[in-house]
Amino acid sequence: MGRQLLEMAHVTAFYGDSQALFDISLKVHAGQLVALMGRNGMGKTTTIRTICGLLNIGSGTIHFDGQDMASRPRHAVARLGIGLVPEGRRCFPNLTVEENLLVASRPGIWTCAKVTDLFPRLGERRDQLAISLSGGEQQMLAIGRALMTNPRLLLLDEATEGLAPVIRHEIWAAITTLKQENNLAILVVDKSLRELREIADYAYILQRGATVWQGDISALNRELTMRHLGV
Amino acid sequence: MSRETVVNLVLLGSLLIVPVYARAVDDPFLITLSTRVAIFALAGVGLNLALGLGGLVSLGHAAFFGIGGYTAGILASHALNYAPLIDGIIVINGSRSMPVIWVTTLIVSACLALLIGALSVRTTGVYFIMITLAFGQMMYYFSISWPAYGGEDGLPIAIRNEFPGLNSLDPFQFFLIAYAVLCVTIFLISRLQDSAFGLALNAVRQSARRVEMVGIATFRLRLTAFVLSGMITGLAGALFADLNRFVSPSMFSWQTSGEIMIFVILGGTARLCGPVAGAGMFIILEHLLGGISDYWLIFLGLLLLVVVLFAQGGLVSWLAGERVRRHG
Repeated sequence: MGRQLLEMAHVTAFYGDSQALFDISLKVHAGQLVALMGRNGMGKTTTIRTICGLLNIGSGTIHFDGQDMASRPRHAVARLGIGLVPEGRRCFPNLTVEENLLVASRPGIWTCAKVTDLFPRLGERRDQLAISLSGGEQQMLAIGRALMTNPRLLLLDEATEGLAPVIRHEIWAAITTLKQENNLAILVVDKSLRELREIADYAYILQRGATVWQGDISALNRELTMRHLGV
Repeated sequence: MSRETVVNLVLLGSLLIVPVYARAVDDPFLITLSTRVAIFALAGVGLNLALGLGGLVSLGHAAFFGIGGYTAGILASHALNYAPLIDGIIVINGSRSMPVIWVTTLIVSACLALLIGALSVRTTGVYFIMITLAFGQMMYYFSISWPAYGGEDGLPIAIRNEFPGLNSLDPFQFFLIAYAVLCVTIFLISRLQDSAFGLALNAVRQSARRVEMVGIATFRLRLTAFVLSGMITGLAGALFADLNRFVSPSMFSWQTSGEIMIFVILGGTARLCGPVAGAGMFIILEHLLGGISDYWLIFLGLLLLVVVLFAQGGLVSWLAGERVRRHG
């Protein structure tokens, strides 16, 4: 197992007066693919938002590569090496594919050429506006944009939701490549249990804003999935 | 070459041809009108950087236009009176040299824009509009209540300031100075648009949060754009003061801010030469319709409505026949 990159310890978070996270603790190591699972509304996306500084934490700690993340400005989170692929893709609609990638560009191994190697469709649509891309292509662009920040940890929030099976397959293949060939730490929020079983190393299950189970994904048996995920 | 580039070249070419023709037929008034278009376009190019590219809807750009004008006026009046501007441990004299005045204007405008921007770019939407408007009005009332430089009556500049190697008193040569400044600024803005800075600014207009998530500090980015924008509009103010040989508090008024915004919207927000088209159309309407009725602004209002409702990319987009792309 690689060096520990991310550590959340007993994190709580609020939306106004409403508490969304009660006790989240998780760790991600370099080169590890960790799945964050749970039913809808259990706090998966909120957990991602707290890591990125989009939501302030109430108590607990978040450390990335030994550095305290509390009260860091949002742009500093990305500069530390955390790349976010947000739920709903959220590209820059009036920029071209290439511009979407370039705007996020930071020094490192990931370049436009490397991203288009990973997603050849993006290379074919280099000069197209992001708004004119299909949902799957926009998702690829969102992943590519996050990679252009040359992250050490990639956060994927529902990266395959609502996509056609063939596109989902392409995206899972790309995620596998990222893990195997680039040794990138990845924290994935997704409902695709079958794919996660194939590539994830470790899993956390959230329920009502708290971590209720963690372990090797191989240890996630039928009884656990029925109880916590309802599938 | 894209259609928009052709339209831009035609617009800039037309702006040059009119005074060349006017000079040939000895019509200095037409040259002065063209100079006004060039100066107003420059002010619009400044605002367009903040508004079109950065999405910063400033209703206080008259503050920069006015500060540019007053910088030129104050430096010139001190030079003409042989009275030092600052007479203490350091002695700073006035100047009648345009390059010196421009550099001073750029510095003064940048300082003012930094002050206004540091407080305003943290906000967005209607709050940003109101803060910039408030600063503009503060500058307006400050200029009125400053009797040393004319107060409400304004400040005359007895002789137009000098440009090395040219006779700035000749309307055509002064036009060329203003035109050259406009063209250089447009060229620099085009480079800026294509740079990483321009790209990030364009992105931040679409979503500041998404830009932050890729590691860019949006406050610094927007503030830089606002300062550059204020500097360009300030430079236009200095040229306007030289054109009229007079500066008055009206340069600071919110109507001036509104007019600069109209140049941008008519021509096309985020369009490189949109302000040239907008300022040109404004001056043409002012002189065609202004001769028919004192209420010509009603027609301008109608035209603005038509542009906003049916041609959101402004005149340049309409002429280029392209879909609005950079428009937010």
